[in-house]
Amino acid sequence: MKRSFLSIVRKELIHIFRDKQSLFMVLTMPLLMLLLYGYAITLDMKAIDIIIADHSAGPESRELIRHIEATDFFKVSVYRGGVAHIGELFQNREAQCILEIPRDYGESIRTGIPVQLQLSIDASDPNAANFIQNYVSRVATLSFAGYKGLFTVEPRVFYNPDMRSAPFFIPGLIALILLLICALLTSIAIVREKESGTMEQLLVSPVKPVQIILGKVLPYTFLGFFDGLMILIVGSLLFDVPIQGSVLLIMAMMLIYVVTGLSLGMLVSTVAKTQAVAMLAAITMTVLPSMLMSGFIFPISSMPEIFQLVSRIIPATYFIEIIRGIVLKGNDLHNLYKPASILLGLDAVLIALSIRAFKIRLE
Amino acid sequence: MSVEVQGLTKNFGDFAAVDHVSFSVEKGEIFGFLGANGAGKTTTIRMLCGLLEPSEGTGTVAGFDINRQYSKIKHRIGYMSQKFSLYNDLTAWENIEFYGGIYGLKDKEIQERSRELFAIIGLEELKNKLTSSIPMGWKQRLALCASLLHDPEIIFLDEPTSGVDPLSRRNFWKLIYQLSDMGKTVFVTTHYMDEAEYCHRLSIMKQGRIIEMDNPRSLKEKYQVKTMQDVFLASVRGEAK
Repeated sequence: MKRSFLSIVRKELIHIFRDKQSLFMVLTMPLLMLLLYGYAITLDMKAIDIIIADHSAGPESRELIRHIEATDFFKVSVYRGGVAHIGELFQNREAQCILEIPRDYGESIRTGIPVQLQLSIDASDPNAANFIQNYVSRVATLSFAGYKGLFTVEPRVFYNPDMRSAPFFIPGLIALILLLICALLTSIAIVREKESGTMEQLLVSPVKPVQIILGKVLPYTFLGFFDGLMILIVGSLLFDVPIQGSVLLIMAMMLIYVVTGLSLGMLVSTVAKTQAVAMLAAITMTVLPSMLMSGFIFPISSMPEIFQLVSRIIPATYFIEIIRGIVLKGNDLHNLYKPASILLGLDAVLIALSIRAFKIRLE
Repeated sequence: MSVEVQGLTKNFGDFAAVDHVSFSVEKGEIFGFLGANGAGKTTTIRMLCGLLEPSEGTGTVAGFDINRQYSKIKHRIGYMSQKFSLYNDLTAWENIEFYGGIYGLKDKEIQERSRELFAIIGLEELKNKLTSSIPMGWKQRLALCASLLHDPEIIFLDEPTSGVDPLSRRNFWKLIYQLSDMGKTVFVTTHYMDEAEYCHRLSIMKQGRIIEMDNPRSLKEKYQVKTMQDVFLASVRGEAK
């Protein structure tokens, strides 16, 4: 019983380490994806084209423009005099927003009279429009040194004080990549033997499905875990994402999650007829739902109810909750036992399903 | 009796790949299965090994019921499939270790068993070679060796010599005789007619049915021909005299 299991583990380890090409792929692909997606997916904005029409042209308005120029958020072009055709500027993508400083700006500042600046925003990208609005107001408020309203709101920002998107996206990205890699690793594990004919030899032997499935999952667990650790370290250092909580806890959770991905791939492999189909199925089942419905980018709470239900069977949903909790908020196990136990449950269900789906006879 | 089946049938949809065949094989016998491609030889073997579920029929292999006790049968039989089924990226020895291991043999047992088998088969110097780099004839022997590690009573060989040169084929048959001398039952399919001559007894299959079953000499006498080749052709064409 135990011997057959160990023989399979040993054999799979030989497969893994002897196929240098695949091993190289398995180790570099997640890094490559991390770099690619890590730099591409960001909501941080930079170099927004702003046209400032300065009608007042005094020291006060120049002070304001200096403040705006000082951030890397805007790329400023200053127009002396008016802008006639705002619509045309937007149509030609010459600017995403236009700020007009009125003629009496300097005077109003000096005398303490409230002054209005006109900000026109191209809101075809509503998200960007929102950012621009907030940003201009913030910069403007800064330069109104003496001006104070009746009351002010003093925000205190928790967990991500600079409100950068990297600490939000990188943990999610790690969850996404890890699930894909793990599912891919095992997706061909069974179907490969069906194709090569070695499965027949396994099936005439007394070895049991549970030994085959677990014997194949175990060696890939090391590999998947190593991959996970690698992208966690690289992601954290490269994208400057400090880990607030316990790294050991992340590792423990990662182990559970790696098994989820592997057993998902295993299930695919027991059902699929060819390696190509298995790999395609593994990619489709992991990437798309995890990207869209796990809360990786879009908050689950704002999805239609049916999608919210779907999100609950996506493993990435739970691991994203876990890893963001630990990385950003310093959560400990006490805060995370719920998603952690759901992941454990998923592991058990997926492995049980794979064992059940494993056919001990040919068709 | 090593193998005994009555009315064994396998249907794939409407098509009867094996159609009510009955036969029995004695201990130590080399029993040959002849037939054109698609005659039902492989399907019959697969049912006997527990790889396929019979649609109909009863029988025993090594004294166990083929419909109910196939997990017990697995310990008693060795099987070499038509398709070469060793791992090409493992060395010869690693393959041996693996197949011994999944039958629950201890490392020491595998070493002792394989020493005996290697001595017979002559594989010693190939031990550490990658299986993909071993010539076909030797691969077949290695596969045979792998299927013999757990000391099975009955060995099923499904076209073991296809794609092997004549000299290697002859050597392989010497091995089969040695196994028979050791008291093992050998159940072998082939479409090489010269090999058919080596069998103690053989059956000829056509379209899922057994149309002839006897020893080579009687069959040749029956058809009044000199070679098994002629027996085969005559029987398949239905020219019994």
